[in-house]
Amino acid sequence: MGIRVEGVTKRFGSFTALNDVSLDVQQGSLTALLGPSGSGKSTLLRVIAGLERPDAGRVTISGEDATSVAPRKRGVGFVFQHYAAFKHMTVRGNIAFGLKIRKRPRAEVRARVDELLALVQLQPFADRYPSQLSGGQRQRMALARALAVEPKVLLLDEPFGALDTRVRGELREWLHRLHDEVRVTTVFVTHDQEEAMALADQIAVLHDGRIEQVGSPRDLYDQPQTPFVMSFVGAAAQLGERWVRQHDLDLKLEPTAGALEARVERIARLGFEARVELQLAGSGTIWAQMTCAELNRLELERGATVWVMADRARVFAESS
Amino acid sequence: MRRLTLRTVALGYLALILLGPLSVVFWRAFEKGFGPAWNAVTTPEALHAFQLTLVIAAIAVPANTIFGVLCALLIVRHPFPGKGLLNALVDLPLALSPVVVGFALFLLYGRTGWFGSWLSGHGIQVLFALPSMILATAFVSIPFVVREVVPVLREIGTDQEQAAETLGASQWQTFRRVTFPAIRWAVAYGVVLTTARSLGEYGAVSVVSGRLAGQTETATLYVSDRYENFDIVGAYAASVVLALMAIVVLLTMNLLRPKEGVH
Repeated sequence: MGIRVEGVTKRFGSFTALNDVSLDVQQGSLTALLGPSGSGKSTLLRVIAGLERPDAGRVTISGEDATSVAPRKRGVGFVFQHYAAFKHMTVRGNIAFGLKIRKRPRAEVRARVDELLALVQLQPFADRYPSQLSGGQRQRMALARALAVEPKVLLLDEPFGALDTRVRGELREWLHRLHDEVRVTTVFVTHDQEEAMALADQIAVLHDGRIEQVGSPRDLYDQPQTPFVMSFVGAAAQLGERWVRQHDLDLKLEPTAGALEARVERIARLGFEARVELQLAGSGTIWAQMTCAELNRLELERGATVWVMADRARVFAESS
Repeated sequence: MRRLTLRTVALGYLALILLGPLSVVFWRAFEKGFGPAWNAVTTPEALHAFQLTLVIAAIAVPANTIFGVLCALLIVRHPFPGKGLLNALVDLPLALSPVVVGFALFLLYGRTGWFGSWLSGHGIQVLFALPSMILATAFVSIPFVVREVVPVLREIGTDQEQAAETLGASQWQTFRRVTFPAIRWAVAYGVVLTTARSLGEYGAVSVVSGRLAGQTETATLYVSDRYENFDIVGAYAASVVLALMAIVVLLTMNLLRPKEGVH
């Protein structure tokens, strides 16, 4: 087992950031902690790193109880959202930091840093200072710095949060390849469900200091266990008691048994997909997602009356 | 137009308050030529006074630098119940007249004072001697390093320190390799201000030193002593030396500072 978190509770004053949280992370896996801000995901990561001390519970890393071990002795690599670059050191100095602290021989440090510079593709920037790098480059440097000490686990706190969309995408791909190469147990925090789905083998969804569900991206999407997971991992709409994904709404032009009558309020074509805003006959609005090809076939227009089928809707037991 | 007015007002004020008096000092010192001025500041008493001022600064400044950095770390990084009080206390020397400080030390270390009776019983002379002068100087120059370092520590945040920690650095290694390099300019500026304040201290030292010429007379006390004895050239010439010391300290700072822009 890579990391085991058992019954961890963490309070800040009267605010409970983590409430009896347990989580297993497989050796060598890539796990995402997904949740909205304030859900406790970053706190959980910091508890694993030892940067926060839990009020209750245990953290085990590679089979050893790490709960009362200082961060510097846990063998974790930590990457911060805002890079936490050592501003007065060059890229080389930053990456070498952990090795110098460990008093490794100079030749070894040099060789290892060169290797990491190649891994994160920063060789041409080795002698620059962080202020001379772009955000994406700084984050790659921070990753190399964390990997230099060969951590047992790599922890990333919203690693792409401060980057623009295009660089995010690139860095995400790159992290995926890196993980395939290095295979270190990795946990990253994100509030972006797409990022979590694209990268992780396993996702833990957090909400109000609790873990709502843990599973593969596919499990979470196809078998959500709570309305929160259903609406946070992919979009979902509520129809009375039932929850349904917008792309599972089926629009009929004829009255159909079990369908809800609705009026088309607005149609938005977004390229491949289209969104149809509907005013339900009872009350409330909902939007349906379909391909533009489907929209063309239906020949829908604003003001038209349709019947909405929601066969694949889910009903959740009263929230636990 | 408005900018011109602003400039005139600012520079005019500076000239009136700062440059005017300073020019007079230089003017009067060298009124009778360089020779008399030189002779006035190379008498044994004068040399002793300058030396004493430097010795006091050489002890008070490092002590206040170490205390100032520790105090700033305590205030910013390790919140504790009495933090607000400490924060306010640090500023006290700025608000309190140095003469009051001098009298407080006088009462504490005088022959009948709380510490004074015990210390003199053990043959340690504090008052009218170097120790009390160092205490007085350290007291009045406490705030500068703390006040320079606190905002910078706040600004750099804890990310870099935590990163160092996860990379295996101990508290001391983190301070030496990460925190200190980030605050070194604030520390340097604090040291400059502390030094300048120490060199110029008059009120508190005047009370505790006893002002014995050639023994417990610092440069500022020497200036005052010369003036009271109608040795105008001596007073002004010594003032020039003090002013030059201050200028050298400030220039050193400014010469060092541009290196910051490199990275």
